[in-house]
Amino acid sequence: MFESPTIGQFLAESNLVATLPGTLLVAWTLLLVLVDLFAGVERKHWTPILTCAGLGLSFAANIFVYSPAEGQQIALYGMFIADAFTGFLNVVILVATLIAVLMSWDYLNRADIHRGEFYILALLSSAGAMFMVGANDLITVFVSLELLSIPLYILAAFRSIKNDGSDLSLKSEESGMKYFILGAFSSAFLVFGAALVYGATGATSIPQIFASAGAIAGSTSTATFYLLVGAALLLVGLGFKVAVVPFHMWTPDVYEGAPTPVTAFMSVTAKVGGFAALLRVFVTGLSVLVLSEGDAAAWQATATLIAILTLILGNFVAISQRNLKRMLAYSSIAHAGYIMVAVAAAGSADVMDAATQGALVYMMAYMFTNLGAFAVVMAIEKEDGSGGNIEDITGLARSRPLMAMAMTIFMLSLTGVPLTAGFVGKLMVFSAALQAGLFGLAVIGVLTSVVSAFYYIRVVVNMYLRDGRGSLEPALDTQYVRWAINIALAGTMIFGIFYPLATNLVSMVSIA
Amino acid sequence: MDVTGLSLTTITLFLPMVGLFILLFMNGETQKSNLKWVAFATSVVTFIASVLMWINFDPSVAELQMVQRNTWAEVTLGESVINVSYFVGVDGISMLLVLLTTFIMPISILCSFGSHIFEERGREKLYYIFLLLLEWSMIGVFVVHDLIIFYVFWEVTLVPMYFLIGIWGSEERIYAAVKFFLYTMAGSILMLIAILYVGNRAGTFSTYSAGGDIGVIERVHSFEGDGTYWDGVGPEGENEDSGFLFNSVESWLFLGFLVAFAIKVPIFPFHSWLPDAHVQAPTAGSVILAGVLLKMGTYGIVRFNLNLFPEATVAWAPTIAFLGVVGIIYGAWVSYAQDNVKKLVAYSSVSHLGFVVLGIFALNAQGLQGATLQMVNHGISTGGLFLIVGMLYERWHTKEMSDYGGIWKAMPLFGAISLVISLSSMGLPGLNGFIGEFTILLGSLGSNYLSFAFTLFGTLGVILAAVYLLKMYQHVFMGELKKPLADEEGYKLTWYEKAAFIPIIIMCFWIGLQPIVFFNLLDVSVDNIAALFLR
Repeated sequence: MFESPTIGQFLAESNLVATLPGTLLVAWTLLLVLVDLFAGVERKHWTPILTCAGLGLSFAANIFVYSPAEGQQIALYGMFIADAFTGFLNVVILVATLIAVLMSWDYLNRADIHRGEFYILALLSSAGAMFMVGANDLITVFVSLELLSIPLYILAAFRSIKNDGSDLSLKSEESGMKYFILGAFSSAFLVFGAALVYGATGATSIPQIFASAGAIAGSTSTATFYLLVGAALLLVGLGFKVAVVPFHMWTPDVYEGAPTPVTAFMSVTAKVGGFAALLRVFVTGLSVLVLSEGDAAAWQATATLIAILTLILGNFVAISQRNLKRMLAYSSIAHAGYIMVAVAAAGSADVMDAATQGALVYMMAYMFTNLGAFAVVMAIEKEDGSGGNIEDITGLARSRPLMAMAMTIFMLSLTGVPLTAGFVGKLMVFSAALQAGLFGLAVIGVLTSVVSAFYYIRVVVNMYLRDGRGSLEPALDTQYVRWAINIALAGTMIFGIFYPLATNLVSMVSIA
Repeated sequence: MDVTGLSLTTITLFLPMVGLFILLFMNGETQKSNLKWVAFATSVVTFIASVLMWINFDPSVAELQMVQRNTWAEVTLGESVINVSYFVGVDGISMLLVLLTTFIMPISILCSFGSHIFEERGREKLYYIFLLLLEWSMIGVFVVHDLIIFYVFWEVTLVPMYFLIGIWGSEERIYAAVKFFLYTMAGSILMLIAILYVGNRAGTFSTYSAGGDIGVIERVHSFEGDGTYWDGVGPEGENEDSGFLFNSVESWLFLGFLVAFAIKVPIFPFHSWLPDAHVQAPTAGSVILAGVLLKMGTYGIVRFNLNLFPEATVAWAPTIAFLGVVGIIYGAWVSYAQDNVKKLVAYSSVSHLGFVVLGIFALNAQGLQGATLQMVNHGISTGGLFLIVGMLYERWHTKEMSDYGGIWKAMPLFGAISLVISLSSMGLPGLNGFIGEFTILLGSLGSNYLSFAFTLFGTLGVILAAVYLLKMYQHVFMGELKKPLADEEGYKLTWYEKAAFIPIIIMCFWIGLQPIVFFNLLDVSVDNIAALFLR
């Protein structure tokens, strides 16, 4: 006889407390919908403030759940896992959202597209990312991926119509539409892959896939075939989300057309969520997908190839970009390539943890740096979206020395120059690749970062070396934007100079 | 184990940072006239600190001295934990190069005191901040003995130099700055791979053993013949005949380090960034570039390539020494063809550093001693030559030799100083250049690894040096004054120009007449390295 559990039983069995950072954020967001609906026009500025409060609340819950070093907790009947990996990436996502919210307020008001839904959608999206980093089941991966993506489709199109109903930007509309169609397309791959993996292993739970995949890979049954195809389709689906070559085509158009704060936000959260799921599914679940004894996981070669293609294409195409947002879009593809290097390295059993830690630190460094760079680009961009070309930044060093210095440090960090967070990330990633014996990959990685220096340095050249006439007045140099830049700058510098800080934070992370 | 407690090395290393922070909080507009004094005072105090180090330094000890070692980060990789530590200390070679750095720095700050570059480009505050940042990172390169931290300092030197060339340089400065940045970064990033590989294999990043922990050098030497392709031989003697140069791990790692250093030195054929960077850089930038920055490359070869990979060093020695000799001749030849004075001096650096490379790869105590002393000599003489060119340019605003002539008549003191520095650069006995070059040539003659031809062609370089330097001297200083200045006052040397020259002239004579003081400093440290190559 089926008995419905009491609330107390439910809480105890589901261990809902472990999911608190994410669930709290969702609950807060739902409340915020009502608050925003009933607040008068003159009180609309409460929405972003409450958004930040929600982020703070979730952050506090994150500290509460993850500060006791208990190893890992399983929640929601095995669907969700709360471990150091989840805790670390939760913080990355929360900080990213905070910076994006700070960037948004003035931007939205100036373009007259300020609507409370913006923040609500952003919060939902980050909640999705937070569930995704803790996903312990392919179903959770899929559901949280949709929760992450659907708000982003809307946000990307947020610039298309003004509050007064007039058209604003066709590009933004295009951006949202493109992102939606390709996103839906890639979700289909993901689901199909999950179905095949389920067919082969009889499980959607990642630990159970781990338990049975080894035996299946060892045999030569049809199940092996289905498992391999399923894994490939999962890689395609997640590859779209993190924008690695050859699944990157949508990125430049979407990034260029979307409102700049949204571009910044999605360039980080979507990648963090996607890579977290990639690591969970492939490293935790399918690390035993070894075709012949003593080899690395079967997907390592594919991941290596994807990483190489991504590094080369992302970095070389970025050189020819004149528009800063497009350049950063290609550079974000390139950075997905560096994280992919870590994923590939994680295919070797003994460097799994080292590579995962490297990927995590890299994502954090990338989060601070990339958001900062986008914030500066947003500050110099004009209201109609023009003025974001590489020549337009000329002379920033004279009119806004601090902002120019911050941008310089972001560019150096993206290049991977020491004393910035980007260097620490690269160091850990390449170190993992070498341990896994992927010498060629590591060498290509460092050489392409020299290529990347070429286009990052060009930004610095324009700011400092071309004789600026001091005429560049950033169009959107407001208090909140400066705060966004300062937080990003502090993160980039602190984690770059105090190298152990980053390594200590991830030292607990173990993914196997 | 950690050797904690603040050592004098740490203090010297971080003194420029103190000055940098003071500058950072000064107002660039209202306190404009004080900026240079803060920078100058900082560099002088740093120099005094390094002299204190010298006094404390015991040349008879083989180990590093004034050591400080703190664990900085622990990186867990698989089952092993790799320490990255803040590990500083000096041996004779480091000591001498730290002294060179802190000696060149006040001079290059002095020579920017009244420079015209600020009238056009302004941003004096930023300029001095970059100079001090550069000093900090250069001292760091010479005193740090942890591979990762070494790489950090090594790369950081790029940033201030890039800005110094790019903001305050001459017409083609942007091209030169970007070329400098990309070229040197391309080289050093391969070193990062080599560093990570060596560190992971050795289980530590500290180069020397300290406090019970075994360092990379000691660990790496134990890899010889352990069947891991370290020396090209796999398990069970597999692969034995296929050659060392391109089949051994050691050889590839050697090249990984070498390319980074070769670009910095620069060893022919990696020199093409140098003329651009030198010619476009402001005077202080050229002085530091020639005086110290290039030495980072030769220092790196001595410290890392020779110590870590002795077998690969022996295998590659003739090739690299050959490139060194080609550099000597080629640099001199191209130098002779220049009409641009600054370019002439720049190419002369290629030639002079060819000597240093030849001395290093002679792989004996004499060669190494000569090479290290020649690093210092080149820093002093070529730094001095760039000062001269800078002062000429401040007055006549041209770098073309054909525009000059008869300067001696107008500026006799300046002419005399220039003569001494030029003679020291071409290696006249009694001045510093001679000592270095002579010892290097003796070393290469006695080398077990190099044939007589290396010495022969090296000696040819000494003669060629006299040819191009005398040609320059004759064109610029002799004959009739071609372009009189409108203002007679311009012929006088200002006090800071004189002050910049005095220490250089003193050092030229001191090293030339009493080289034993400096050789003593090097003896034990150099013997340590040379012992690896005794046959």
